[in-house]
Amino acid sequence: MAEKMELNEIEVWDGNQAAAQALRQAQVDVVAAYPITPSTPIVEGYGAFVANGYIDGEFVMVESEHAAMSGCVGAAAAGGRVATATSSQGFMLMIEVLYQASGMRLPIVLNVVNRAIASPLNVRGDHGDMYAGRDSGWIQLDAFNAQEAYDMNLCAFKISEDINVRLPVMVHQDGFTTSHTAQNVRPLSDDEAYAFIGDYKPVDEMLDFSKAVTYGAQTEEDWHFEHKAKQHRALMDSYVVIDRVFEEFEKKTGRKYRRLESYMMDDAEVAIVALGATVETCILAAKELREQEGLKAGVVAPRSIRPFPFNEIREVLANVKAVAALDHSVSMGAMGMLYNEIAGAMLSAQERPLLTNFIYGLGGRDFAVDEAKRIFREQKGHADVGYITTEIQQFSGLRGPKLGFYEMKRS
Amino acid sequence: MIEIRWHSRAGQGAVTGAKGLGNVVARTGKEVQAFALYGSAKRGAAMRAYNRIDDDPIINHEKYMNPDYVLVIDPALAFTDNITEHEKDSTKYIITSHMDKSELIAQIPALQDKKDRVFVVDCIGISMDTIGRAIPNTPMLGALMKISGMFELDFFLDSMKRVLAKFPQKIIDANMEAITRAYNEVK
Repeated sequence: MAEKMELNEIEVWDGNQAAAQALRQAQVDVVAAYPITPSTPIVEGYGAFVANGYIDGEFVMVESEHAAMSGCVGAAAAGGRVATATSSQGFMLMIEVLYQASGMRLPIVLNVVNRAIASPLNVRGDHGDMYAGRDSGWIQLDAFNAQEAYDMNLCAFKISEDINVRLPVMVHQDGFTTSHTAQNVRPLSDDEAYAFIGDYKPVDEMLDFSKAVTYGAQTEEDWHFEHKAKQHRALMDSYVVIDRVFEEFEKKTGRKYRRLESYMMDDAEVAIVALGATVETCILAAKELREQEGLKAGVVAPRSIRPFPFNEIREVLANVKAVAALDHSVSMGAMGMLYNEIAGAMLSAQERPLLTNFIYGLGGRDFAVDEAKRIFREQKGHADVGYITTEIQQFSGLRGPKLGFYEMKRS
Repeated sequence: MIEIRWHSRAGQGAVTGAKGLGNVVARTGKEVQAFALYGSAKRGAAMRAYNRIDDDPIINHEKYMNPDYVLVIDPALAFTDNITEHEKDSTKYIITSHMDKSELIAQIPALQDKKDRVFVVDCIGISMDTIGRAIPNTPMLGALMKISGMFELDFFLDSMKRVLAKFPQKIIDANMEAITRAYNEVK
């Protein structure tokens, strides 16, 4: 029996500590991990908790991230509660196995502490790894601060293991900005947290020798398509369970989460759509603009990146005049991911805002409140004249000559 | 909002100091933030750590700040790092040095027009005497308590005992002595 830990009502934890504590409270059976900056303290924390008797579990040391996720797949198929963490290059090496995990419908929680992808080598935060995972069949939840990294982990196990979902879940947090920034975190007690997540309920576990099952079978053109369609449907429909888990979490903690978060959007004329800690920077900018300049600015942020909140985006942006989609990664050779997803959603809406795209913060470049304010004001400029006066895709915070692509087609 | 910038070398405990301060402050019902910017993340490399303290949840994630307090815990960084960067008219400096205040200020041009906002304490000497190693972070917190008036010394010592609870009693006692000495000796 694992020892319990006495926690203070308010702890000062960084995002990594918050995630590690959530893994402890979930009493994760197996973590197979190959540590990488900036996610290392999560699995290091799990290992220390196991060694000190706070978790009845096993830390499996492996030779690479490919092996780490393979170990997680094996342990999840065997019938255990499984989690790990990675970043950047480690995530890239895991990708082949990420598709295996989701295709086999295995509940696994992967903490992705977002970091830029080489080359050039860079340990700091951007969303290159997050974006590389977006077609992998995993649910992707995004935490904007340390408290949310804790909260999303608790929710992730409950969502992932739900019999109507049975899909792996990524919990994203920003490298350094969230993972290494200590802030006030209000944790649940060990008993409350575990009661919220519940006991692991095995489904078709391989260690049940009375009922042999196969994972990772081969299907060719006869059944592959049906499998993939069913998997896609499970991911599309998982919003029902995500909403329910968020509701239960709110009842327990008073902290309310939605698949699409929105701030000051009731009367917003201009909006920024963003992910990660930048969301909070933009909230601060919007508040200041409302107070100081009377500019009706609002912020929209997908908590759930996959499944993408298509309907909710259409609803919240319906009456907004100009929107900037802020991508913390460059999708080379195309517009940013958020821009494209939002454009896709808004194309089927009766009323559409003017939509622009900013690529910002690559490799951890600081994104300041003043820059968020400038972007809001620029959207107001588009709204006032009724067309996009700048290039559609711009780069924010880039040194050297201004870089931008495409202009609005006007008849 | 109170903003604090630490100038340190990796390994001197600025991050631990910033987090320790955060822990103490969070127990009084305030919201805190503690983070660091590492250069090449090698022991001995110059680095900076930061604190923000406020009554409301802190949602500002900028690395940029106009600090209310600048804490320099490595003596040489007062000379080689830009410790007055983004300062305000009211920014207070607490600098670790074996020199006395006038001697130190005479050698650093950037400090000469702000003599009444510069305070000096020998955190390295104090930590060598008390803890037995050059760990200047906890004495610096003692000096900060004195200069900022943030908390009474007794309250702060009590809170730090709880923050340091996982360490052996001998180390806790040495840290308490270091904090007290720096509190009394900062000028």
